Amino acid sequence: MTDRVLSVEDVAARISSGMTIGIGGWASRRKPMALVRALARTGVKDLTVVSFGGPDVGLLIAAGAVRRVVAGFVSLDSIPLEPHYRRARQAGTVELAELDEGMMQFGLLAATQRLPFLPTRAGLGSDVLRVNPQIKTIRSPYDDGEELVAVPALRLDVALVHMNRADAGGNGQYLGPDPYFDDLFCLAADQAFVSCERIVPTSELLAAGPPQSLLINRVMVAGVAETPHGAHFTSCVPDYDRDEAFQAQYVKAAGSDEGWAAFRSAYLDGDEAAYQDAVRGVVRPT
Amino acid sequence: MSANANAGTGTGGPTLAETCVVACAQAWRGDGVILASPLGLIPSLGARLARLTFSPGLLVTDGEAMLVDADGTVEGWMPYRDVLRLVATGRRHMMMGAAQIDQYGNQNIAAIGDWARPKAQLLGVRGAPGNTINHPVSYWVPRHSPRVFVTHVDVISGIGYDRTPPAHEIRLVVTDKAVLDFQTPDRRLRLRSVHPGVTPEQVQELTGFPLVIPDEVAVTPEPTSAELALIRERLDPDGLAAQELG
Repeated sequence: MTDRVLSVEDVAARISSGMTIGIGGWASRRKPMALVRALARTGVKDLTVVSFGGPDVGLLIAAGAVRRVVAGFVSLDSIPLEPHYRRARQAGTVELAELDEGMMQFGLLAATQRLPFLPTRAGLGSDVLRVNPQIKTIRSPYDDGEELVAVPALRLDVALVHMNRADAGGNGQYLGPDPYFDDLFCLAADQAFVSCERIVPTSELLAAGPPQSLLINRVMVAGVAETPHGAHFTSCVPDYDRDEAFQAQYVKAAGSDEGWAAFRSAYLDGDEAAYQDAVRGVVRPT
Repeated sequence: MSANANAGTGTGGPTLAETCVVACAQAWRGDGVILASPLGLIPSLGARLARLTFSPGLLVTDGEAMLVDADGTVEGWMPYRDVLRLVATGRRHMMMGAAQIDQYGNQNIAAIGDWARPKAQLLGVRGAPGNTINHPVSYWVPRHSPRVFVTHVDVISGIGYDRTPPAHEIRLVVTDKAVLDFQTPDRRLRLRSVHPGVTPEQVQELTGFPLVIPDEVAVTPEPTSAELALIRERLDPDGLAAQELG
């Protein structure tokens, strides 16, 4: 089996300005934050970000990397509203394609099936169709003649997901209660990258969880990066829960330019190792 | 029971929060074996009270991906992908919040003001469009106000009865003042009952459009002693429900 281990910088370098990227996880849960932090450091611009959104969307917006968000929400779970996203929306500095959660699922599914769209009732009668004039409806060709939403495929250039374990070939395993839509994101993308808490020998994967925990297999991915604590500050159970105190600190910092500048210099200006040291309170010589 | 000594509400008569819990529980009456999806503490207590009493078939999650029975024992698995799959079957009844709601039940949780550049970005539409077209929904409004009950909502997230196609079913709207429904010929919001001590006039005053008010308006039933015991001893021993009313 080919070793496809990459650094977070390697993965970030595969993403260029103007691309459409999909990010796995859900709100403030099992987000590939180490990859997101690495991407934010590259100075990439004009991304379209497809996400069941959380601080992944917020951090990329704060880094000036995002032109357009495709989402049904951007939330931190225990704190309902993501501060950077909220501010950008209210300032009109980020575009939004606002979709119902079920439409998101169908858009990704259509992309995995290489279909132009999939039909659903979700969205009919709502303002999702008003604010997305590019989304059309289609009439059933069968006797029911029902009018349905034709959810366009959400084809991705790159997908980023975070797993609890993976092997060096890119087989990925989640050990928490919810796979979210990570497999759909990977299959909807031209290239998918998996970060994980720990890269283990393939023979150890099944010791950690049942066969159905092997959500991602290597046909779905282009590379894997080991990023211990890499979903921080989002949850990555059973390895760790959400860091609520740090998340609250993030939200407070985002409330003012000075606060955010201090947060950025304390945590984000260095590389991932520096971030993890700063989170642990390790003081490094400057 | 000694557990009562620590109850936030003590051993006195029913509180407003407890009356709201019982009113929310009524939303799931007769629902059979479906997924109850309450958002917020008082709706959650209501769903669990309904399951312990008149709607034993309800399924409830732990807030993540596990289905747990009334004793907290895991009885099944319901990750988000399966919630979305279940939505389309209609076998779910969700009670969610509303930043705005109009007389036909159109609901907004997405944003206040112009969608393109909102005055206040809220949650986003989330699953509300798909929920309202596929399965029953109810709403919980902890502060009944003309800012919530408006003539036109800014971003239609959950669809109302005047849309094409219309909402599947909007069962109840429970607030801190009253219980409302849409049981009128033109499916407009109707006052169903007022909570103890509240008058229909006061509810109208707090509503930004004309309500349908029947000649006789019932008073929302207060919890029975058995319901009170369940709430205070089992479901909410720390009396947290009152905090949701602010």
